[in-house]
Amino acid sequence: MVSLPSENIMGNNISEKTPFWLDPKKRSIFFQLLTLCMVGLLGYYLVSNTLQNLERQSIATGFGFLQKESSFEIGESLVDYSAASSYGRALIVGALNTLYVSSVGIIITVILGTFIGVSRLSSNWLVSKLASIYIEVMQDIPVLLQLFFWYAIFYETFPSPRQALNPVPGLFVCNRGVAFTIPEAHSAHAYMALAFFAAGIIVYLLRRWSRKRQERTGQLFPVFRVSVGLLLGLPLLTWWMAGAPTELNMPKLVGFNFIGGLTLSPEFIALLLGLVLYTAAFVAEVVRAGIQSVSKGQTEAAMSLGLRPPMVLNLVILPQALRVIIPPLTSQMLNLTKNSSLAVAIGFPDFVSVANTTINQTGQAIEGVALIMLVYLIFSLLTSAFMNWYNKRAALVER
Amino acid sequence: MEETIQKTQTEKIKPPVVSIGIIGWVKANLFNGWFNSALTIVTLYLLWKTIPPLFRWAFIDSVWRTTGAACRDTGGACWSIVTENLRFILFGFFPYELQWRPLLAILILFALLFFSRDRKYWKKLLGYAWIAGLFIMGLLMKGGLFGLTPVESTQWGGLPLTLLLSVFGLTAAYPLGVVLALGRQSKMRAIKLICIVYIELIRGVPLISLLFMASIIFPLFLPEGLTINKILRAQVAIILFTAAYIAEVVRGGLQGMSLGQYEAAESLGLNYYLTMRLVILPQALKIVIPPTVSILISAFKDTSLVVIIALYDLLKTTQTVLSNPEWMGFSREVYLFVAILYFLGCFSMSNFSRKLEKELSRGD
Repeated sequence: MVSLPSENIMGNNISEKTPFWLDPKKRSIFFQLLTLCMVGLLGYYLVSNTLQNLERQSIATGFGFLQKESSFEIGESLVDYSAASSYGRALIVGALNTLYVSSVGIIITVILGTFIGVSRLSSNWLVSKLASIYIEVMQDIPVLLQLFFWYAIFYETFPSPRQALNPVPGLFVCNRGVAFTIPEAHSAHAYMALAFFAAGIIVYLLRRWSRKRQERTGQLFPVFRVSVGLLLGLPLLTWWMAGAPTELNMPKLVGFNFIGGLTLSPEFIALLLGLVLYTAAFVAEVVRAGIQSVSKGQTEAAMSLGLRPPMVLNLVILPQALRVIIPPLTSQMLNLTKNSSLAVAIGFPDFVSVANTTINQTGQAIEGVALIMLVYLIFSLLTSAFMNWYNKRAALVER
Repeated sequence: MEETIQKTQTEKIKPPVVSIGIIGWVKANLFNGWFNSALTIVTLYLLWKTIPPLFRWAFIDSVWRTTGAACRDTGGACWSIVTENLRFILFGFFPYELQWRPLLAILILFALLFFSRDRKYWKKLLGYAWIAGLFIMGLLMKGGLFGLTPVESTQWGGLPLTLLLSVFGLTAAYPLGVVLALGRQSKMRAIKLICIVYIELIRGVPLISLLFMASIIFPLFLPEGLTINKILRAQVAIILFTAAYIAEVVRGGLQGMSLGQYEAAESLGLNYYLTMRLVILPQALKIVIPPTVSILISAFKDTSLVVIIALYDLLKTTQTVLSNPEWMGFSREVYLFVAILYFLGCFSMSNFSRKLEKELSRGD
């Protein structure tokens, strides 16, 4: 009969040494060792089985395949790639495609989600009801189904390239994708990008300076107007100084497809549309909760101090709402990135889809799946690192 | 007599007709200020442009019970793809004459879910009813006992498979998630570390990678000659995935417990197991019911991902219908139908969560 530890303390034989199985410290060490042993044994069992199976089925191991020639084509790629390139390069192409579709998706999602979230709080009954219907419906339909739906719509609704719809000059919509007119490549574009980047740095420094000055002297500086002016003006100035190139690259129908311009494939558009429309519903809820978390008294207090509405928004409401909004918003962005892996179902060459092809060709499933997990883990670790940094910075400092 | 009363009463002045009733409501909610008025008019115009054609497509020009060829001549929706293939979409390759069995299983499940909605019924009896129900459902699907013809699990498909993956996924993931959450809060370093690594690892990767693992790598883990059926492997992947998310939600509840609860339990002489079972978990799990339901909703939606590893769930049977030349090209109608099924499932769950939240915040 094992006695409870409390009896030992209450009883008269306190001086007697506690048996080792009742000592919490020793017991905890025992449990930890037991767990470690079990996990270790399980791992050993699985690994030894796997090694045997690999040997029996004569599957190669290791990451040597990354250097081999891939010999498959990838539909769309941001960097040079051909079937003669290596598997490693194919995977890089896939990872870049994932990053591309998720970053474009995140930007559009945040804008659309904010718009819907604000509409949800609108005093206009019709707008607010429509927004809440949108949120409820989109949240309740699996994103994969939405992807299939948009992809099918694209294929079944739009005509072949020869009868492509041409709603505005320079824009063609057909079942092979959407072709845009873009400016003809010119060396000025690189300088414009550089100018935009420089303007961003100047704006950042300007904001810091103006805040410091305001804290010191109370004088206000029209940061917003100057920032917009800088961000738009500097690239435009560069463009003008580089000789103002205005040539356009129009898409043209050659044979069965469009050449020139920028063509977005149906896969890309369906993926983007599905991800954006689905995630925007969640972002809208996040934004709504964030705005509602700032009590009305805050607005009234700020107004009674004599702040004008834009300043109330900028100085009082947004800093408090963003503290509530940013963490769940980041996790929604991460969700969008993870959901972009569903591209494999509609044939967009994202990382998972390229890795899947690699697995099918080389048979090295373990390495392939490990790479998929690794890449997404890196994405999510970076996101959570950002979130921790932000939380530390934005956390409410109470006195 | 009446007249005198009328005279002594002060004359009631009704509010102006434009500030009460329908007109007042419209004015207050749709046309307060020029911006809102413009917004209302633009929205109404957009609705007028989209809803009538959509309605016409779905209900007036549509056909409901024809062949695929007849569908191609109509301008409206071809709901025939749903009505003509309904049994395949819902039950997949389950033997045609035995399809009453999965239907009955689904009805039992719905009945159980219906009774579980009300907290009045949350007693031991309901627990036994669930156990019996799950057993009967399994028997109906699998057969082999009491003169029921056995049906191989490779023939399971459609809605029963989707529900099976979600219900078993959730019931198994929940206790695992609670254990992981407790492990993460544990003072034992090694156990805490294992739990943290597990939770963060799983939450960091997409479900699809786990499903790949279940379908391609898992067979390599097993000794030669031992194989596990594909549905079970996908089921395990879903369980492992959902458990990590449940663990994080439960951890939130555990962190919400005040230290006083632990101290009180300790001062009563309860050991760890009893403290958790009698004091901490009943309170913590109650706090986190609403977020748990939203995890359940996303797990239900996520079961659709098994399409990618070629299991015949609801979405895959739908796609199979679409690959039939007769019905090719009517994706919109059939996907809308499936979307409605998913919507009904998720919507009733989220409604339930809202109702429960209200009840719990009332403090009973």
